[in-house]
Amino acid sequence: MKLVFERSMPGRGTRYLPDLDVPVHLPDAAARQAALNLPELPETETDRHYTALAGQTYGVNNGFYPLGSCTMKYNPQINEEMAALPGFTQIHPLQDPETVKGCLEVMETLEKFLCEITGMDAVTLQPAAGAHGEFTGLLLIKAYHRERGDMARTKIIVPDSAHGTNPASASMAGFDVVSIPSDGNGCVDLEALKAAVGPDTAGLMLTNPNTVGLFDPNILEITRIVHEAGGLCYYDGANLNAVMGIARPGDMGFDVIHVNLHKTFSTPHGGGGPGSGPGGCKAFLAKYLPGKGVEGSIGDVRSFSSNFLVAVKALTYILSIGREGIPAAAENAVLNANYMKEKLKDIFPMAFDKVCMHEFVISMEKMKEETGVSALDLAKAMLDHGIHPPTMYFPLIVHEALMVEPTETETKETLDEAVSIFREICEEALANPQSMHEKPLHTAVRRPDEVLAARNPVIRYDFEA
Amino acid sequence: MTFPENLKYTKTHEWIRFEDETTAYIGITDYAQDQLGDLVFANLPEEGDEVTLGEAFADVESVKAVSDVMSPVSGTVAEINETLADEPQLMNQAPYDAWFIKVTGITESEELMTAEEYQAFIAE
Repeated sequence: MKLVFERSMPGRGTRYLPDLDVPVHLPDAAARQAALNLPELPETETDRHYTALAGQTYGVNNGFYPLGSCTMKYNPQINEEMAALPGFTQIHPLQDPETVKGCLEVMETLEKFLCEITGMDAVTLQPAAGAHGEFTGLLLIKAYHRERGDMARTKIIVPDSAHGTNPASASMAGFDVVSIPSDGNGCVDLEALKAAVGPDTAGLMLTNPNTVGLFDPNILEITRIVHEAGGLCYYDGANLNAVMGIARPGDMGFDVIHVNLHKTFSTPHGGGGPGSGPGGCKAFLAKYLPGKGVEGSIGDVRSFSSNFLVAVKALTYILSIGREGIPAAAENAVLNANYMKEKLKDIFPMAFDKVCMHEFVISMEKMKEETGVSALDLAKAMLDHGIHPPTMYFPLIVHEALMVEPTETETKETLDEAVSIFREICEEALANPQSMHEKPLHTAVRRPDEVLAARNPVIRYDFEA
Repeated sequence: MTFPENLKYTKTHEWIRFEDETTAYIGITDYAQDQLGDLVFANLPEEGDEVTLGEAFADVESVKAVSDVMSPVSGTVAEINETLADEPQLMNQAPYDAWFIKVTGITESEELMTAEEYQAFIAE
């Protein structure tokens, strides 16, 4: 497929922007010397280009999308309808607050609901996505220790099964990262945790259920160990979908959290979303929350009210499914994951074969050794069957991992179809291993040379070439 | 896979070649590059940096993941292999030529394995 620049028809001109109707006073030094290098295309051709691009994408509306730890649940249309209401779209962030009270009520109501669901006392909607929420939460932890004069607390403990964003966020926030190994069940190794905590511990970052899809049975003991050592506990809300409305991070002993509205609360995920990663905390940390000019605050982490329309969608979701729907969604997410796991486990070796939460992890290590077919090959083969592959090669503690999260919004029929596709691919791999390295055969883009792309990335169009 | 006899090996899959008692070259083993897959980037320390026994001194990036490279010795980085920046594939193609750093002033070293011991270790 051609790039939009390659479709350009020189001489056609561009009509992207209306004529300027205000006087311009720019010093020569600040003015562009040449016109912008925009493709010259009539609107019909531009429209066709983007429609063709849209045809090459794959989303939840196209089919099954079991991307583990991403919670690719269906995004109900009513969310979009509410977010398109003129009262929410035809406003300006600098408008007099008296004239946007409905919008403020949306934000306050969502904050209140998120507090209730997570067991926190205060929430900020500012962070624009999950990792941003982590960063914000870590700054709260830092502010807490700093105000107490406890400057020696420079280390954040992260299990080796953690989402990669955890150590990255801790590092961005100026902490040193201490990685601790998981135990044989993929959960936190209590002895390793006890050995790691001390007067230099600022906090622990944990996902529960964790990245192998298991609820850590020692969670109360874990948060107690960290608290007794003087650290705080951070809850990565990426996997909240498994427990929302049933178990609350606040009751597990966590002090600071983030949630992903674009995962758990059914707002679009991926493709620019945009995302939203509200941060929450217990009352004793609330004074540090973002807020311009607020005494003790860490300051704003995002301009204005962040991705406000995402908040509208998340509130719509919560109000649509209600007090009974929230835990029912979690229960169905767990049920769907266990259903698929049981239907697959005789031929797909489970990394941890026990009742899982919202996702489960397969290890294809044995198949890789015996046939040369890797988790990547299997994932690529799924594309030919019109489903999105699961997360691959994560968590890092499982070799040749495939991490499957069906979510609650898939029907039994869809799950059954996916199971039969998984099984068919596995059988093909065993019968004809060589053929798997060529997959996919029927997609718009076959198998990109990822190594070449990573070694020699072409990240912008070269007009000279 | 090959494991030259003139090198020593670590449990975290680095090789080390001593020039004399306090000078050595360090890289990653054939087994390490095979497990990591195609490597696309090596993040090396700078000349003059200190490396510490048991701590990461570099990281390598494959299409799959980023992994730490641990130092089996304590000392000072005298030289880094700048060709790895332009030709990361050397780590895959010739892991024992693709040294990461030259360390001088080595003050301590972890217990290292011979080629034979290392092969037995990875076979476990």
